[in-house]
Amino acid sequence: MASDRPASRFERTWHFREQRESIERLQMDVAAALDAAGYGEAAAFAIRLALEEALVNAFRHGNKGDASKRVLVECAIDPASVVIEVQDEGEGFDPGSVPDPTAEENIEIPSGRGIMLMRAYMTSVEYVPPGNRLRIVYERAHKG
Amino acid sequence: MAQPQTYLKVAQDTDCTRVEFGEKHIIDEVVIRAIGNELAKLVDDSPRPRIVISFKGVEHLSSAALGTLITITNRVKAKDGQLRLCEINPQILQIFEITKLNRILRIEKDLAAAKASLASKA
Repeated sequence: MASDRPASRFERTWHFREQRESIERLQMDVAAALDAAGYGEAAAFAIRLALEEALVNAFRHGNKGDASKRVLVECAIDPASVVIEVQDEGEGFDPGSVPDPTAEENIEIPSGRGIMLMRAYMTSVEYVPPGNRLRIVYERAHKG
Repeated sequence: MAQPQTYLKVAQDTDCTRVEFGEKHIIDEVVIRAIGNELAKLVDDSPRPRIVISFKGVEHLSSAALGTLITITNRVKAKDGQLRLCEINPQILQIFEITKLNRILRIEKDLAAAKASLASKA
Protein backbone atom coordinates (compact mmCIF):
# COMPACT_ATOMS: atom_id res chain seq x y z
CA MET A 1 0.00 0.00 0.00
CA ALA A 2 1.26 3.41 -0.89
CA SER A 3 0.60 4.72 2.62
CA ASP A 4 3.13 2.20 4.00
CA ARG A 5 5.92 3.65 1.92
CA PRO A 6 8.40 6.18 3.27
CA ALA A 7 7.60 9.68 2.07
CA SER A 8 10.89 9.97 0.17
CA ARG A 9 10.50 6.73 -1.79
CA PHE A 10 11.29 7.12 -5.47
CA GLU A 11 10.10 4.60 -8.04
CA ARG A 12 10.46 4.95 -11.76
CA THR A 13 10.64 2.85 -14.92
CA TRP A 14 12.32 3.88 -18.14
CA HIS A 15 12.36 2.23 -21.57
CA PHE A 16 14.91 3.65 -23.91
CA ARG A 17 17.29 3.11 -26.76
CA GLU A 18 20.92 4.09 -26.55
CA GLN A 19 20.99 7.84 -26.48
CA ARG A 20 23.52 9.56 -24.32
CA GLU A 21 21.03 12.34 -23.55
CA SER A 22 18.53 9.78 -22.22
CA ILE A 23 21.16 8.11 -20.07
CA GLU A 24 22.27 11.47 -18.73
CA ARG A 25 18.67 12.41 -17.88
CA LEU A 26 18.21 9.07 -16.12
CA GLN A 27 21.44 9.60 -14.17
CA MET A 28 20.32 13.10 -13.19
CA ASP A 29 16.91 11.82 -12.01
CA VAL A 30 18.58 9.09 -9.96
CA ALA A 31 21.10 11.55 -8.51
CA ALA A 32 18.29 13.89 -7.45
CA ALA A 33 16.37 11.00 -5.86
CA LEU A 34 19.48 9.85 -3.99
CA ASP A 35 20.01 13.35 -2.68
CA ALA A 36 16.36 13.60 -1.59
CA ALA A 37 16.67 10.26 0.23
CA GLY A 38 19.73 11.50 2.11
CA TYR A 39 22.49 9.54 0.37
CA GLY A 40 25.93 11.11 0.45
CA GLU A 41 28.60 11.70 -2.14
CA ALA A 42 30.22 8.25 -1.87
CA ALA A 43 26.90 6.47 -2.41
CA ALA A 44 26.04 8.72 -5.34
CA PHE A 45 29.43 8.00 -6.91
CA ALA A 46 29.02 4.23 -6.46
CA ILE A 47 25.49 4.09 -7.82
CA ARG A 48 26.25 6.30 -10.79
CA LEU A 49 29.21 4.12 -11.68
CA ALA A 50 27.27 0.85 -11.32
CA LEU A 51 24.32 2.17 -13.30
CA GLU A 52 26.58 3.39 -16.10
CA GLU A 53 28.32 0.01 -16.33
CA ALA A 54 24.98 -1.81 -16.27
CA LEU A 55 23.59 0.33 -19.10
CA VAL A 56 26.70 0.08 -21.26
CA ASN A 57 26.70 -3.71 -20.85
CA ALA A 58 22.99 -3.89 -21.71
CA PHE A 59 23.37 -1.82 -24.88
CA ARG A 60 26.73 -3.11 -26.06
CA HIS A 61 26.75 -6.77 -25.02
CA GLY A 62 23.03 -7.43 -24.53
CA ASN A 63 21.44 -5.60 -27.44
CA LYS A 64 24.73 -5.69 -29.39
CA GLY A 65 24.29 -2.09 -30.47
CA ASP A 66 21.02 -2.85 -32.27
CA ALA A 67 19.24 0.51 -32.25
CA SER A 68 15.85 -1.17 -32.69
CA LYS A 69 16.19 -2.88 -29.31
CA ARG A 70 15.39 -1.24 -26.02
CA VAL A 71 16.60 -1.41 -22.45
CA LEU A 72 14.23 -1.42 -19.50
CA VAL A 73 15.38 0.23 -16.27
CA GLU A 74 13.41 -0.02 -13.03
CA CYS A 75 14.60 1.92 -10.04
CA ALA A 76 13.39 2.08 -6.44
CA ILE A 77 15.13 4.35 -3.96
CA ASP A 78 14.30 4.89 -0.30
CA PRO A 79 16.47 5.95 2.63
CA ALA A 80 17.45 2.32 3.36
CA SER A 81 18.28 0.95 -0.07
CA VAL A 82 18.54 1.45 -3.79
CA VAL A 83 17.34 -1.31 -6.10
CA ILE A 84 17.96 -1.01 -9.84
CA GLU A 85 16.98 -3.60 -12.44
CA VAL A 86 18.25 -3.36 -16.00
CA GLN A 87 16.91 -5.66 -18.71
CA ASP A 88 18.06 -5.84 -22.31
CA GLU A 89 16.61 -7.69 -25.30
CA GLY A 90 19.62 -9.97 -25.76
CA GLU A 91 19.94 -13.70 -25.21
CA GLY A 92 21.62 -13.35 -21.85
CA PHE A 93 24.95 -14.75 -20.71
CA ASP A 94 26.64 -16.65 -17.92
CA PRO A 95 28.35 -14.09 -15.65
CA GLY A 96 30.57 -16.91 -14.39
CA SER A 97 32.14 -17.11 -17.84
CA VAL A 98 33.64 -13.60 -17.54
CA PRO A 99 37.37 -13.95 -16.75
CA ASP A 100 38.84 -12.29 -13.66
CA PRO A 101 40.27 -9.01 -15.02
CA THR A 102 42.73 -8.77 -12.13
CA ALA A 103 44.40 -12.10 -12.95
CA GLU A 104 47.98 -11.76 -14.15
CA GLU A 105 47.13 -13.06 -17.62
CA ASN A 106 44.19 -10.64 -18.02
CA ILE A 107 45.43 -7.46 -16.36
CA GLU A 108 46.58 -5.86 -19.64
CA ILE A 109 43.38 -6.72 -21.52
CA PRO A 110 41.45 -3.47 -22.04
CA SER A 111 37.92 -4.83 -21.45
CA GLY A 112 36.00 -6.87 -18.87
CA ARG A 113 36.01 -4.68 -15.75
CA GLY A 114 32.39 -3.47 -15.67
CA ILE A 115 30.91 -6.35 -13.67
CA MET A 116 33.82 -6.29 -11.27
CA LEU A 117 33.30 -2.60 -10.55
CA MET A 118 29.57 -3.13 -9.98
CA ARG A 119 30.33 -5.93 -7.51
CA ALA A 120 32.86 -3.75 -5.70
CA TYR A 121 30.56 -0.78 -5.28
CA MET A 122 27.16 -2.39 -4.76
CA THR A 123 25.89 -4.59 -1.93
CA SER A 124 24.67 -7.24 -4.36
CA VAL A 125 24.80 -7.84 -8.11
CA GLU A 126 22.63 -10.60 -9.50
CA TYR A 127 21.96 -11.72 -13.05
CA VAL A 128 18.55 -13.31 -13.44
CA PRO A 129 18.71 -16.30 -15.85
CA PRO A 130 19.14 -16.35 -18.79
CA GLY A 131 21.30 -13.35 -17.91
CA ASN A 132 19.63 -10.47 -19.70
CA ARG A 133 18.20 -9.00 -16.51
CA LEU A 134 20.49 -7.50 -13.90
CA ARG A 135 19.49 -6.60 -10.36
CA ILE A 136 21.86 -4.36 -8.42
CA VAL A 137 21.24 -3.36 -4.82
CA TYR A 138 22.90 -0.77 -2.62
CA GLU A 139 22.01 -1.12 1.05
CA ARG A 140 22.83 1.91 3.09
CA ALA A 141 23.32 -0.07 6.31
CA HIS A 142 25.87 -2.25 4.56
CA LYS A 143 27.72 0.31 2.50
CA GLY A 144 27.24 3.37 4.67
CA MET B 1 35.24 23.91 -42.01
CA ALA B 2 34.41 22.82 -38.47
CA GLN B 3 37.32 21.47 -36.46
CA PRO B 4 36.83 18.05 -34.82
CA GLN B 5 35.98 18.38 -31.15
CA THR B 6 38.90 17.82 -28.80
CA TYR B 7 38.51 16.41 -25.32
CA LEU B 8 42.07 16.90 -24.13
CA LYS B 9 44.13 19.91 -23.16
CA VAL B 10 47.67 19.22 -24.31
CA ALA B 11 50.77 21.21 -23.37
CA GLN B 12 54.30 20.52 -24.53
CA ASP B 13 56.74 21.01 -21.68
CA THR B 14 60.50 20.71 -22.14
CA ASP B 15 60.59 17.29 -20.45
CA CYS B 16 57.21 15.78 -21.36
CA THR B 17 53.83 16.13 -22.99
CA ARG B 18 51.30 17.15 -20.36
CA VAL B 19 47.66 16.17 -20.82
CA GLU B 20 44.51 17.18 -18.98
CA PHE B 21 40.94 16.15 -19.64
CA GLY B 22 38.39 18.70 -20.77
CA GLU B 23 35.56 16.57 -19.33
CA LYS B 24 34.85 15.89 -15.68
CA HIS B 25 32.86 12.75 -16.52
CA ILE B 26 34.76 10.28 -18.71
CA ILE B 27 31.93 7.82 -19.22
CA ASP B 28 30.39 8.38 -22.66
CA GLU B 29 31.75 5.76 -25.06
CA VAL B 30 31.88 8.23 -27.96
CA VAL B 31 33.93 10.65 -25.85
CA ILE B 32 36.18 7.84 -24.59
CA ARG B 33 36.84 6.69 -28.15
CA ALA B 34 37.74 10.23 -29.17
CA ILE B 35 40.03 10.60 -26.15
CA GLY B 36 41.69 7.31 -27.07
CA ASN B 37 42.29 8.54 -30.60
CA GLU B 38 43.77 11.83 -29.36
CA LEU B 39 46.08 10.03 -26.94
CA ALA B 40 47.11 7.51 -29.60
CA LYS B 41 48.07 10.38 -31.91
CA LEU B 42 50.25 11.91 -29.18
CA VAL B 43 52.04 8.57 -28.80
CA ASP B 44 52.37 8.04 -32.53
CA ASP B 45 53.72 11.56 -33.12
CA SER B 46 56.67 11.05 -30.79
CA PRO B 47 59.60 8.69 -31.38
CA ARG B 48 59.82 7.99 -27.64
CA PRO B 49 56.79 9.45 -25.89
CA ARG B 50 57.00 10.89 -22.37
CA ILE B 51 53.45 11.67 -21.35
CA VAL B 52 51.94 12.83 -18.06
CA ILE B 53 48.16 12.60 -17.83
CA SER B 54 46.60 14.71 -15.09
CA PHE B 55 43.18 13.72 -13.80
CA LYS B 56 42.63 17.11 -12.20
CA GLY B 57 38.90 17.86 -12.23
CA VAL B 58 37.86 14.34 -13.28
CA GLU B 59 34.97 13.18 -11.13
CA HIS B 60 33.75 10.02 -12.86
CA LEU B 61 35.40 7.31 -14.89
CA SER B 62 33.96 4.15 -16.45
CA SER B 63 35.51 0.77 -17.19
CA ALA B 64 35.65 1.76 -20.87
CA ALA B 65 37.94 4.65 -19.93
CA LEU B 66 40.16 2.21 -18.02
CA GLY B 67 40.35 0.11 -21.18
CA THR B 68 41.54 3.11 -23.17
CA LEU B 69 44.25 3.85 -20.60
CA ILE B 70 45.48 0.25 -20.82
CA THR B 71 45.59 0.43 -24.61
CA ILE B 72 47.57 3.68 -24.47
CA THR B 73 49.93 2.26 -21.85
CA ASN B 74 50.66 -0.71 -24.11
CA ARG B 75 51.22 1.65 -27.04
CA VAL B 76 53.65 3.79 -25.04
CA LYS B 77 55.53 0.70 -23.85
CA ALA B 78 55.85 -0.54 -27.42
CA LYS B 79 57.75 2.65 -28.25
CA ASP B 80 59.91 2.37 -25.12
CA GLY B 81 58.24 5.50 -23.81
CA GLN B 82 56.99 6.53 -20.40
CA LEU B 83 53.49 7.32 -19.16
CA ARG B 84 52.49 8.72 -15.79
CA LEU B 85 49.06 9.42 -14.32
CA CYS B 86 48.68 12.01 -11.58
CA GLU B 87 46.34 14.31 -9.63
CA ILE B 88 43.74 11.58 -9.27
CA ASN B 89 41.00 12.21 -6.74
CA PRO B 90 40.52 9.55 -4.01
CA GLN B 91 37.29 8.13 -5.49
CA ILE B 92 38.86 7.66 -8.91
CA LEU B 93 42.03 6.29 -7.34
CA GLN B 94 39.93 3.64 -5.63
CA ILE B 95 38.75 2.43 -9.07
CA PHE B 96 42.38 1.88 -10.09
CA GLU B 97 43.01 0.02 -6.84
CA ILE B 98 39.90 -2.20 -7.07
CA THR B 99 40.81 -3.23 -10.61
CA LYS B 100 44.48 -3.55 -9.58
CA LEU B 101 45.45 -1.38 -12.51
CA ASN B 102 47.70 0.55 -10.15
CA ARG B 103 50.05 -2.43 -10.70
CA ILE B 104 50.54 -1.69 -14.38
CA LEU B 105 49.78 2.03 -14.59
CA ARG B 106 52.35 4.31 -13.01
CA ILE B 107 50.40 6.65 -10.72
CA GLU B 108 51.98 9.64 -8.98
CA LYS B 109 50.44 12.05 -6.51
CA ASP B 110 50.96 15.29 -8.42
CA LEU B 111 52.50 16.78 -11.53
CA ALA B 112 55.86 17.46 -9.85
CA ALA B 113 56.14 13.84 -8.68
CA ALA B 114 55.12 12.57 -12.11
CA LYS B 115 57.77 14.68 -13.83
CA ALA B 116 60.40 13.74 -11.27
CA SER B 117 59.69 10.05 -11.85
CA LEU B 118 60.19 10.53 -15.58
CA ALA B 119 63.51 12.24 -14.98
CA SER B 120 64.70 9.56 -12.59
CA LYS B 121 64.32 6.75 -15.11
CA ALA B 122 67.60 5.83 -16.77
